[in-house]
Amino acid sequence: MSNTHVDLSKRHSEKPVFSSEKMAEVQGIISQYPEGKHKSALIRILHIAEETFGGWLSIETMDYVAELLKIEPIEVYEVATFYTMFNLEPTGKFVFEVCRTGPCMLVGSDQIIEHIETTLDIKVGETTKDGMFTLKTAECLGACGYGPMLQCGKKYHEHLTKEKVNELIAAYRSGELPK
Amino acid sequence: MARRILLEHDNVPGIETYDVYRKNGGYRSVEKALKKMTPQEVVDEVQKSGLRGRGGAGFPTGMKWSFLAKPDGVPRYLLCNADESEPGTFKDRYLMEKIPHLLIEGMIVSSFALGANLSFIYIRGEYMWVLEILEKAIAEAYANGFLGKNILGSGYDLDLRVAPGGGAYICGEETALIESLEGKRGNPRMKPPFPAVKGLWGCPTVVNNVESIAAVVPIINDGGDEYAKIGIGKSTGTKLISASGNLARPGVYEIELGLSVEEFIYGDDYCRGIANGKKLKACIPGGSSVPILPAHLVTKTAEGLDRLMSYESLAEGGFATGSMLGSGGFIVFDEDQCIVRNTWTFARFYAHESCGQCSPCREGTGWMEKVLNRLEHGQGNMRDIDLLAEINKKIEGNTICPLGDAAAWPVAAAIRHFREEFEWHVTNKEEAQTRNYGLLKASM
Repeated sequence: MSNTHVDLSKRHSEKPVFSSEKMAEVQGIISQYPEGKHKSALIRILHIAEETFGGWLSIETMDYVAELLKIEPIEVYEVATFYTMFNLEPTGKFVFEVCRTGPCMLVGSDQIIEHIETTLDIKVGETTKDGMFTLKTAECLGACGYGPMLQCGKKYHEHLTKEKVNELIAAYRSGELPK
Repeated sequence: MARRILLEHDNVPGIETYDVYRKNGGYRSVEKALKKMTPQEVVDEVQKSGLRGRGGAGFPTGMKWSFLAKPDGVPRYLLCNADESEPGTFKDRYLMEKIPHLLIEGMIVSSFALGANLSFIYIRGEYMWVLEILEKAIAEAYANGFLGKNILGSGYDLDLRVAPGGGAYICGEETALIESLEGKRGNPRMKPPFPAVKGLWGCPTVVNNVESIAAVVPIINDGGDEYAKIGIGKSTGTKLISASGNLARPGVYEIELGLSVEEFIYGDDYCRGIANGKKLKACIPGGSSVPILPAHLVTKTAEGLDRLMSYESLAEGGFATGSMLGSGGFIVFDEDQCIVRNTWTFARFYAHESCGQCSPCREGTGWMEKVLNRLEHGQGNMRDIDLLAEINKKIEGNTICPLGDAAAWPVAAAIRHFREEFEWHVTNKEEAQTRNYGLLKASM
């Protein structure tokens, strides 16, 4: 169960506002639902808001989404705290989420997690000092036949080995995002 | 027995595009259904086919459709469950990524059969790139007149949308999926009323798995009777199997139901045996929620008959010596693996994914995780093993949705078949902290 709650100390300094381009995208999503059922767009808009406003959902971001959808802020908080994909506090620039459930464990996810911890000198849940990487673990990401694997943003990196992890870290550091 | 109906064209270059898909016979079932059939005739064909829900429950799809309430003036909805999250299952992702138009084609025919004019594909949030693939394909279908107003001049209108979740296993449960699609927390609803009567926005709703909806395409193209000839007994048709764990060739395979488990694990057309020449120790044939089987019950039943990949044969022997086909998440363990550790990862998964609504599941999954964590790390005692069974009994059957049962069954089965392994973790505390049981035993 997600045991998260909204931490009021974590805030954005300025009010987040979508660019007109993003706003058009958001309005397009809202218009996919019948009149009066616009709340259905909430989860997708939270994904977009998170991606747009620094990779996490601050109180300000959630309040802004509530305003856009004309719903109460609490309706946004209760959803944001339920779904574990949403980050409720700032993260590193790149978040590595390593799957560690049964099928990935059987093919070595424990060793991959250990290797990342050693290489980046952080523990699971921590962010590197330079703010580049956050390491998390995840429960089954639906890549069981291609493990061990990790997700970073929208990308799945599969069939991981220690060497591949090293290459991945170097690529993200250098800004040349791996295909 | 290699029979490919759904994945017939998965390796055709460009099959994810409308043009290539259409050239390979795509959208024929829409033409047939909308031009030559009534909605009821489509439902009849699906009933004749014997198709059973491919998400895990195995409930007959045609029967589910026949339950849909049809009050006048009330919209009806078809929702595709693409929230694939059962550990060991990744077949729907493969189908959507490779052949997105097959799902869209199935959605059009199925929506027509049910009289839905607005349908949704609810996809797990982590599959965001698959959502993008689907939306691109949907735009192509609109551009070619297969979605939108008056499809193929039939007078039938359909809009199709994709909505992402946010990383919650529970949203694969149909009422939780509906809640989530309404923009709420994924807390399952009490049943009745069932979604067929009161679903999305209080309207009659059918929720079907990706693979079930895709299977409607060949059923309409060739007829329900033809489809029913494939497979064995009441397990008709083909099934996508997600093969993972210690296999030489893991991946997604389409099999004709009735294929022998032996052939599936060791056959050249399929998984080609256990990786690195190791021996088979155990197998979970239908996703993390179904009972684990020790090696001697994987390829043979307790009575010594060949075990087949079918709903009936995998369940042969009940929970004592059998398991279930479930979602087709086929997880294989080699001799080096520790069953206690694996069971702990599953317990952790369910504790993480319990929505927290029902106390027996919220508290019980958490306790099971704690007790298994203790055992795995050499801090348990013998009473803990029975305690797990006790907790199990208190969860099972006492919750709104099946997540509680799904969490309880794998633990019970692991203890039933591998009790000595749990006991070893108690009697060899120090070794349990530093060594993996499977590796230790295999080296002896």
